[in-house]
Formats: sequence, C-alpha cells, structure tokens
Amino acid sequence: MTLYFTKEHEWLRVEGDVAVVGITKHAAGELGEIVFFELNVSANDLQQGDSVAVVESVKAASDVYAPVDGVILEGNPDLAGNPELISNDPEGNGWMLKMTLTNKAQLADLMDADAYAALIG
Amino acid sequence: MSETLRHTPLFSLHENYGAKMVPFAGYAMPLQYADGIMAEHQHTRAHAGLFDVSHMGQVALHPIDGDMDRVALALERVVPVDVLGLKPGRQRYGFLTNDAGGILDDLMIVNMETWFLVVVNAACKARDIALMQRALSSECTVQPLEDRALLALQGPQAVTALERLMPDVVSMKFMDAKTGQLDGAEVIVTRSGYTGEDGFEISVPATAAERIAEALLAQAEVKPIGLGARDSLRLEAGLCLYGSDLDETTTPVEGALEWAIQKARRSGGARAGGFPGADLVLAQLEHGASRRRVGLLAEGRAPVRHGAALFADSEGGASIGVVTSGAFGPTLQAPVAMGYVETGYMLAGTKIFAELRGRRIPVTVAAMPFVPPGFKR
Repeated sequence: MTLYFTKEHEWLRVEGDVAVVGITKHAAGELGEIVFFELNVSANDLQQGDSVAVVESVKAASDVYAPVDGVILEGNPDLAGNPELISNDPEGNGWMLKMTLTNKAQLADLMDADAYAALIG
Repeated sequence: MSETLRHTPLFSLHENYGAKMVPFAGYAMPLQYADGIMAEHQHTRAHAGLFDVSHMGQVALHPIDGDMDRVALALERVVPVDVLGLKPGRQRYGFLTNDAGGILDDLMIVNMETWFLVVVNAACKARDIALMQRALSSECTVQPLEDRALLALQGPQAVTALERLMPDVVSMKFMDAKTGQLDGAEVIVTRSGYTGEDGFEISVPATAAERIAEALLAQAEVKPIGLGARDSLRLEAGLCLYGSDLDETTTPVEGALEWAIQKARRSGGARAGGFPGADLVLAQLEHGASRRRVGLLAEGRAPVRHGAALFADSEGGASIGVVTSGAFGPTLQAPVAMGYVETGYMLAGTKIFAELRGRRIPVTVAAMPFVPPGFKR
C-alpha cells in the first residue's frame, strides 16, 4: 500500500490493482466546508486528467481530476448524505472513489508525501 | 497577495485574527477566519458578527450655501429616490441610473442634518464620485471621506454588544442614523446592514478603527466575519450584489427594486422623473419589464451558481433566464440562488430548470428573502 499525490491536490492509495482516491487535507482546507459531492455519471473509462467528480463548498465548485488512467469501481457511498466527511477527514473516511489502474507506469510520475509537502510549502 | 492591492485600516487586525485574505474590488479583504464561512454565517444569524466594510466609499455632500433641500433636489437628478422627504437622522437605499434606466451603482443616502452621507460600492466609487462631482458641484461639495473606516456589526445580539459601549443605540430604529462617541472617537452609527439581521454600520475615524474593532470583538457575542459569509448572508436575505445581480443593463423594475422608488418620484408624484433613464423606468413601473429578478430554490444539495442558464423545460427550448447569485445557504441548509427570468416565469412556485454541469435540474421560483429579516422597525 503506497500513497501518491498529484499537483492538483488529489491523493491516491494503491492497494494491488485498485486505487482509492480523494483530495488532500491541504485542498480540503482551501475549499472550506464542503456541502456537496458528486461523481460525474459519465466518468468511467478515464484518462489521466479527466474531470471525475465535483466537490462544492459554500463558496465555490471545484473539479476533481483522475490522477491516472482507469475505470471507476465505486464512489464513497457515505458522501451523498454526509459530504462534510471530505472536510473533516479528507485523507480517511472522506475518500471519494475507488478505481482500477489501466496504466500503472503513470504512478512513477506522481509525488510521494515528502514531495507533496514541499509543493504546498 | 499582490502589492497593488489596497489595505483598509483593519488589515493588520485581519491578519492577527488569522484571516484568509483575498483580492476584492482592489482591496485585500478577509474571505474568512479560522472558523470558516459556515460557522461565521451561523454565528452572525445567532449572535453578532463584525465585518470590515471599509473598502466601500463614504462620500460627504456638504451644501455650499447651507441649504439641505437644494442638495436633496440635486441628488434627485441622479437617483430616483425621494431625497427631499428623507428626514434628518434617517437613511434610505437607492441607486444611480444611466440614460437607459440601468443601475450604475446601488447606495445608501443618510441625512446627517447639515450634510448628506452617501455610501457606495468599492468597485464603483471612483466613477460614482466623479459622477456626483459633475452633477452636484453647483449645490454641494463632494468629498470622499478617505480618513474613515466602516464597520458592520450584524446579528440579533449586535444591539446588546454595542449598547455596552454606546448606550443610546438601543433606541434607534431600522434605518435611523446618529452621531456619537464610541471608545472616545466621533462615530456615525446607522441601524442597518446587508445581512437581513438587525445590526449597525459604524463609520469611524481610520486612526481609531482598530481600537474600536477590538473593543467590539472583546464583547462575548461578537466574532470577526469575512466576505464569504457576508455573501451567503446577503443572498439568503434576498439582497443584491452589485456587479452580479445588478449592473448597468438591469433596470430597477427588472431588479425588483421599485420599492426604493417612492411615490414622489413616480408618474403623478410631486417630483416625478427627472433622473437619468426616467422615461423608461417610469414606463416599466406602470407596464412592467420583460424580465424580473426572482429567488430560486433547487432540489437536492448541489448549489446552482452565477451564470447558470435557466430553461422552461427539462430539455430543449431557448433559455428563459440566468442565475446571477447562487450558493449553499448555511441557515437554510440548502442551495439558494437568485436570477432573472422572463416575466411569464416570475411567480413564486413556478417550476423551471437550471443547467448544471450539462444537465438540467429542477428549480422552483421562490419568494425572497429566503430567511425572515430581523430588522427593528
């Protein structure tokens, strides 16, 4: 199990062929209290960088992007009634989706925790 | 933060209180503090919030020959408001119009007994001041009060908090104005604001602003509140944000602001018309406009935001309007929005659709304000 980070502030926890994806504590802090989360219904066969979900705070809507190529297996069922989980525990119970990875080589270009920490300063 | 952004006299205070600062109308302003927009909004609705609105323009109109009526009549040449009927110690909402009846800015006019105080939006103030200098210079001086800050104390406990520092505010009614001493400084207090709550706006000398803000924040009821919650509060209160809900292309009747045009300025009134765009505005007052600002409530929890197109049907057809403000309403715990629709769709209860990320979601035209006001009439 390894954690990866993108410069768009998603995290990715890879467990075998499956990745759990969410947004980082830093991103959640910047967004403020989250009031709505929704997977893009059309998002299935994803290319890295595709918009895969939308997350909304009181103030603004933000896209969440696919960190790698893959196929969505499921969204976090707890978020529909409780989107504030993303604010309260973004890197734990506030995970957003699980996906398979169709191009594992892409992981090599993502950041580890130290590199991400350096990015956000 | 860009160095070109202007600072209000409370800039250091915002930083000391941990504000997240953002650019707004050329100023570095607090978006929120550590508690966040949701908590700040709810604190204001339940207790009292202190807002820095010093970026707004405060302008003094002093009669050249001491005659307030002459200044009132001069102001009536640029606003469709009954200024002559505005009594000393009272204030009134209004707007500057252009020749097409569009709104150049919305503003507050305060009768200070020997002068008028006009409060205008930050983004418009340079143009407003130039406009007033052109239009009014034979009747009054037009003097921007650059050495003053403006605080808004808003919420049901605002009076409790302010009363300890300035006991006589308790007798003020909604839209009253008075001068007085607050923590040793000469201040102008109005019982008004832009959150839908009871509260006060307090014009203070810039040099005393930080001290007075700290004195207010020392009251148990009061917390500092940022622009984020100011926006969600005013939206729940059904109040317009200039530049989003009103602009040079929206008329007062389209904007549902005809309540701000008193009888004296309407057709048949004592001083009908005489302001820019009067022909069009007076005709719209009698016959209506082709579009109208309305409240909108969406189903579900997804906010419908500024710029979303509105439609009569779930698919097909031309757009019948547009959302001009939308957010999640923390008091309602639901998305709230306002926008413009063709007048055939303006009645409360009308079911229409808003385009959201390529889909159309049902929205219902709703009466505003979304949250009942707490004004002390």
